[in-house]
Amino acid sequence: MVSVLKRSLAIITLLIIGYWLAQGLAGVPFGQDKMLVGHYYLDHVKEQTGAVNAVTAIVVNYRGFDTLGEVTVLFIASTGVGALLWERKKRRTAKTEGSIVLTTGTRLLVPFVMLFGAYIFIHGHLTPGGGFPGGATIATAFLLLYMAFTMYEIPHKAFEKTEGLVGMGYVIVGLIGLAIGGYFLFDWIWQTWGWGHDNIGRLFSGGFIPIIYILIGLKVGTELSGIIDNMLKEGVKE
Amino acid sequence: MSVPNISAFYFGAISLILIGLYAVLVKKNILKMLIGLSIMETGVNLLLISIGYISGKSAPILSEGIEPNQAVDPIPQALVLTAIVIGVATTAMTLSAAIVLYKHYGTLNVEEIRRLRG
Repeated sequence: MVSVLKRSLAIITLLIIGYWLAQGLAGVPFGQDKMLVGHYYLDHVKEQTGAVNAVTAIVVNYRGFDTLGEVTVLFIASTGVGALLWERKKRRTAKTEGSIVLTTGTRLLVPFVMLFGAYIFIHGHLTPGGGFPGGATIATAFLLLYMAFTMYEIPHKAFEKTEGLVGMGYVIVGLIGLAIGGYFLFDWIWQTWGWGHDNIGRLFSGGFIPIIYILIGLKVGTELSGIIDNMLKEGVKE
Repeated sequence: MSVPNISAFYFGAISLILIGLYAVLVKKNILKMLIGLSIMETGVNLLLISIGYISGKSAPILSEGIEPNQAVDPIPQALVLTAIVIGVATTAMTLSAAIVLYKHYGTLNVEEIRRLRG
């Protein structure tokens, strides 16, 4: 009885919220040009950043400082997962090995999944994707390894070092911009050195976008792998 | 009270948000509530992307053959790229909180947890 009452109350609330949202969106026409600042970005993205993909140019170049904050949020989340699931001694406790399909498939696929992840973040300024999806793809490869093999663990030392160095690398790239151009995350490769002006739309262009996206890809990949590692291992009593 | 006339894409996105909210409000299992939160997040992302869409135009990747006036708004897409990553981070956080809750109370039912806490 209570459950029915609760359910109907929830449905009435949802209908009110839905009506209100729909009422608000009725004034927003679908499929029409509503861009205000978007036109500026689209018109100037090639000459100002050298990237073909306007989305990654906005994420890394025009709003690079926001992205640094985003990487920080991801870092805090991975630290939080580590703190919540902390145990004095943790070990893999999976009892059964993966089936033959899973293990063979993992052995075959892992290099290609990693290659694809690296492709996504190296080509972030040209094709859809970028550092965040590429890093997530790489973490998927490690998840596959964890699923298939009971004793597998990521190389913790190397991963922690990579994570720290790569996060520092992002800030250092920004500080070099501060030293050369006068503000944090100034695109010194494109604006001052003028590298890659001849081959817009090819790999070696886009100023510091590929560099930062490689750093972000490595950081996201190692961090998400660390989260997977924290979640899959269980504490053991001595 | 008239029925608002909105596009099917907005309708779908709003429906996803409401389905997720229903799961959060009604379900008792914490994992199901978190699934509801993820569905809500997807709905919000779809809504933002569909607001930025312009009919007949292509993705904002200005490779050969695409002029700046033939692309859709890139800003909602950049925003959603950020939102997805933050969504993954918060999902990981909430899931590990659920793991800790289960270890502590031996159940994922929110009412049970409220009772056991005393």
